[in-house]
Amino acid sequence: MADNSIQALVLKRLASGLVTLLIVSLLVFVGTEILPGDVAQAVLGQQATPEAVQAIRDQLGLERPAAVRYLEWLADFALGDLGTSLVSGREISEMIGQRLSNTFFLAAVAAVIAIPLSVGLGLLAALYEGRPTDKGISILTLIFVSLPDFLLGYILLLLGAVVLGWFPALSKLSDSMTFWQQLNAVALPCLTLALVTSSHTMRLTRAAVLSVMHQPYVEMAALKGASRKRIILRHALPNALSPILNIVMLTLAFLVVGVVVVEAVFNYAGMGRLMIDAVSKRDMPLVQACGLIFASVYVLLNLTADILSLLTNPRRRRPK
Amino acid sequence: MSEPLLQMRGLRIETEVNPGKKHVKPVEILKGIDLTLHRSQVLGLIGESGAGKSTIGLAAMGYARRGLRLSGGEVWLDGEELRSASEEVLCQIRGKKVAYVAQSAAAAFNPAHRLLSQVLEVTNIHDHIDPAKAAKRAIELFDRMGLPNPEEFGTRYPHEVSGGQLQRAMTAMALAGEPDLLVFDEPTTALDVTTQIDVLAIIKEVIRDLGSAALYITHDLGVVAQVADRIKVLRHGQEVEEQETSALLANPREDYTRDLLNVRRASAQAEDADRDEMILSLDRIDAAYGKAQVLWDVSVALRRGTCLAIVGESGSGKSTLARVIMGLLPPSKGQITYQGKAISAALAGRSAASRKAVQMVYQLPDVAMNPRQTIGEIIGRPAQVFLGLSKSAAYTRAKKLLDMVDLPTDMITRFPNQLSGGQKQRVCIARALAAEPETVICDEVTSALDPLVAEGITELLLRLQRKLGVSYIFITHDMAMVRAIADDVVVMRNGRVVEQGPKDSIFDPPYADYTHLLISSTPEMRIGWLEQVLQERRMEAAGN
Amino acid sequence: MSRFLSELDVAARLGLLIVLGFLAAVFVGPFIIPYSEVEIVGSVFSPPSLDHWLGTDNVGRDLLARILAGGQMTVIISFLATCGAFAIGVPLGIVSAIMGGWFDLIVTRIVDALMAFPGLILALIMLSALGTSLPALLLVMSVLSSTIVFRLTRAVAADVAAMEYIEIARLRGENMRWFLFKEVLPNVVPTLLTEFGLRFVYAAILISSLSFLGIGVQPPHADLGGMVKENSLAITFGRMAPILPALALAILAIGINLVVDGLLKRNADLDLHK
Repeated sequence: MADNSIQALVLKRLASGLVTLLIVSLLVFVGTEILPGDVAQAVLGQQATPEAVQAIRDQLGLERPAAVRYLEWLADFALGDLGTSLVSGREISEMIGQRLSNTFFLAAVAAVIAIPLSVGLGLLAALYEGRPTDKGISILTLIFVSLPDFLLGYILLLLGAVVLGWFPALSKLSDSMTFWQQLNAVALPCLTLALVTSSHTMRLTRAAVLSVMHQPYVEMAALKGASRKRIILRHALPNALSPILNIVMLTLAFLVVGVVVVEAVFNYAGMGRLMIDAVSKRDMPLVQACGLIFASVYVLLNLTADILSLLTNPRRRRPK
Repeated sequence: MSEPLLQMRGLRIETEVNPGKKHVKPVEILKGIDLTLHRSQVLGLIGESGAGKSTIGLAAMGYARRGLRLSGGEVWLDGEELRSASEEVLCQIRGKKVAYVAQSAAAAFNPAHRLLSQVLEVTNIHDHIDPAKAAKRAIELFDRMGLPNPEEFGTRYPHEVSGGQLQRAMTAMALAGEPDLLVFDEPTTALDVTTQIDVLAIIKEVIRDLGSAALYITHDLGVVAQVADRIKVLRHGQEVEEQETSALLANPREDYTRDLLNVRRASAQAEDADRDEMILSLDRIDAAYGKAQVLWDVSVALRRGTCLAIVGESGSGKSTLARVIMGLLPPSKGQITYQGKAISAALAGRSAASRKAVQMVYQLPDVAMNPRQTIGEIIGRPAQVFLGLSKSAAYTRAKKLLDMVDLPTDMITRFPNQLSGGQKQRVCIARALAAEPETVICDEVTSALDPLVAEGITELLLRLQRKLGVSYIFITHDMAMVRAIADDVVVMRNGRVVEQGPKDSIFDPPYADYTHLLISSTPEMRIGWLEQVLQERRMEAAGN
Repeated sequence: MSRFLSELDVAARLGLLIVLGFLAAVFVGPFIIPYSEVEIVGSVFSPPSLDHWLGTDNVGRDLLARILAGGQMTVIISFLATCGAFAIGVPLGIVSAIMGGWFDLIVTRIVDALMAFPGLILALIMLSALGTSLPALLLVMSVLSSTIVFRLTRAVAADVAAMEYIEIARLRGENMRWFLFKEVLPNVVPTLLTEFGLRFVYAAILISSLSFLGIGVQPPHADLGGMVKENSLAITFGRMAPILPALALAILAIGINLVVDGLLKRNADLDLHK
């Protein structure tokens, strides 16, 4: 009975996540269609000949109602058919394959650096609240929060690649490289990404831990004679776990978005640059595909965060 | 006499100040407190909010809350000076030699752990009692505390048991380490009166049986008179006086103490005017929040120029009844009649005249006044809306009303956060009167205030009634208040009326069972009251 | 004013100095400096010199003149976009909080859907359709930022709406205008002021990122982000040209964040000492 309720809650979250995904897909579709006038006309711009416009109209099936096209697009997408690019005429799934894995590699390495770094610093700042360690960390993160991604990227590029020459300036992956060579190639963009997201994560972690540390039950533990170590490990952490896990998932979501700018700085062949190219060339099917992939990953990470915090919330725990 | 267990000499505590901000001066919370407590003695600390009672209690454990520091004096506990003691020494003492029972048990239990493991944590940390023995003792304590299923009780999580049970469990937690000194910080304040008396009885019993010394902190003289051997009266971080409990109750040396003892002696003077005309009546009201029904078949009536008290514990539906009268919660069944005419159940359907006729004063003046409006705007607005006064006429009227509630008229330009709690509540009363209402509903208007301040508010309301002839509906949980001011009484429980009638018939035997329970559970300021009530209850139980 | 200053910590006062200095530089600077941001005055990527304090850019224009003009552009666009976000978010948030019901439900759902997207990605999708004209950029940025303004306003206004003084005003039968201007707005303004600073930083970084990616401000105009893009090649020669405009943006952002942080701390302190 008690178990059922938590399962029911998780199921409810999953269902609402699915609805969000559908709404997001609808927004992606509508978003690319809101332009005034004709997609085909806009894509071709100055060089539009009636024949070329008609060809694109046929290819996109613009003659048919938008609702039908949306449903078809969604169904094809679910089956793995992402359509064909207007500009290159290639299968989009083919264009995306390698780039998607490149981007995930970048984000994954960045996460491995960012999460321990930021959660660790956040904890440290919270435990030394108000002391120099905390103030130092807080000022540092305030500065890092204010730095645009590309500034950090170029500074690291200048230092790591040009001045010190430790890392390549262009982050290019190939299959012939060993794992370590690949890591070396992505070191600078990963570091950039990690530093950019860490500051947010650190601030959130600090706030979450502090709010637990100020609870009356933590004071009660101190009044029972618990040592500082015991207070933190036994009384604060079990209650801070749920918000921290939530924050970690949000960090992953930050990372996914952060790749767009960082890939541009380092000329990294990932999803971000693919999407930028598609946007500037107005390759609508490709924009839709990239947009939906980014948004889906983001939605799924947020959903995971929700469900994890539900499962780790001690107030939901029942005796067995 | 032997060496005292706890001794404070000239203890000072002040707010911690960021050395970077030179214009901020530290505020002294305790201004040199001397205190002596011998083994197996109970000292009551009493005073209004801000008197520094809790701060003293925590200082007995060498602890100061966030933002405060022990800035001077000495705290000796069993031969150890705590103000200069290291963190390790303090950890050794806390829980083992001196234990703490907080006001809000719900917040003081960690939601992540089972109750038993938290109760046993003290012995776990200090390792001064054999674990098996400690566990056995904890279950005995649960049993002593009257907790259900003592063997199984500890396996629950804090959110799975009631507030009264948690408060008892916390007392068990404090006792688990067999400390020499117990600090009780308002342990029964958050509880309903009928629960309070049980917890109080248990606390008294365990203190006596175990022979521990205790500091008992409360704002309620009636409560502290039951448990303490001596009482120390505090005000603004200073001692007013300290005496044996019986001596203090009989012969207070200071005016302030005398005032505290005389609280609740205010009472309505009976008037002979014909007051049988019904001004407001509710007939067979049912009401619900969404699907949850909170009122069942409630009928009450208010006579013109009188005071009707609606009394009950939390969850009795008394505040919901006020919302029904105001039109904020339209009832699902039943009728509201004002001056012989049925009025619309919903606020939107009511005329300006019927909205003007009934005004309301709330429990918490802080949230009842817009912090961004001046006192003049707050009081003047109803006069503008209901009496059609111009802005300047409303301003003049606001001044007059301030004078009527005994506040200086130059307060008119101030903002609410510049006023004290009692002053704020006076402004709220002035605002209600600004509309020139016939009826005023007072919803727990004194329960957030210190006793002396509350007393002043009650007197003011009674005086205004004589002067203006308004009718009151008083919503309260406080039987002593009802006795002091009511003409008629309605007793509510779980959304139903259990008894109603003129005050005399309610407070004189024969009582309805629940009314009797409420009346007899209200602490009285005399020694032996608690024992007497418990004795009576045992006899009644035996008789049945 | 001096009382207000004394309540801020040192960092916040420093931040205020930075922000005022930045604004003075970008709005007054271009009149003082002897070069215009469009004239070619030297060779490509020349290093800093007495004539050109920060050197020259990718076509030989004075970099300092460029940064001042670009900074002005960034400030103006960010300010307009933030005003737009508040113009959309604040009224909707307050009305949602007070009215509740179906209106609240619909607006909240739409905002939830927009916030299910990463902001930059949503901007890219909308810009791919709308094109990169200035009105389109302002519209997209305002809409994106307004979601957060809406949520915050609604939350703060809902707190206020739950207060009993609102109930008392309802019992008096006050009209919507009174609620809005006398009861709710005065209580949400302090929170909104600090949020304006945060939203401004968000807008400045967003527009710069878009320009850096080539889909923001289009040539011949340039903002700070666009200048980073123009000069990006210089980094491989070890020149600072792309870093300097980015640094200017960072300085502005740090200044504003310091002030906002100080204000938040001050408000929290005031709450504590109530």
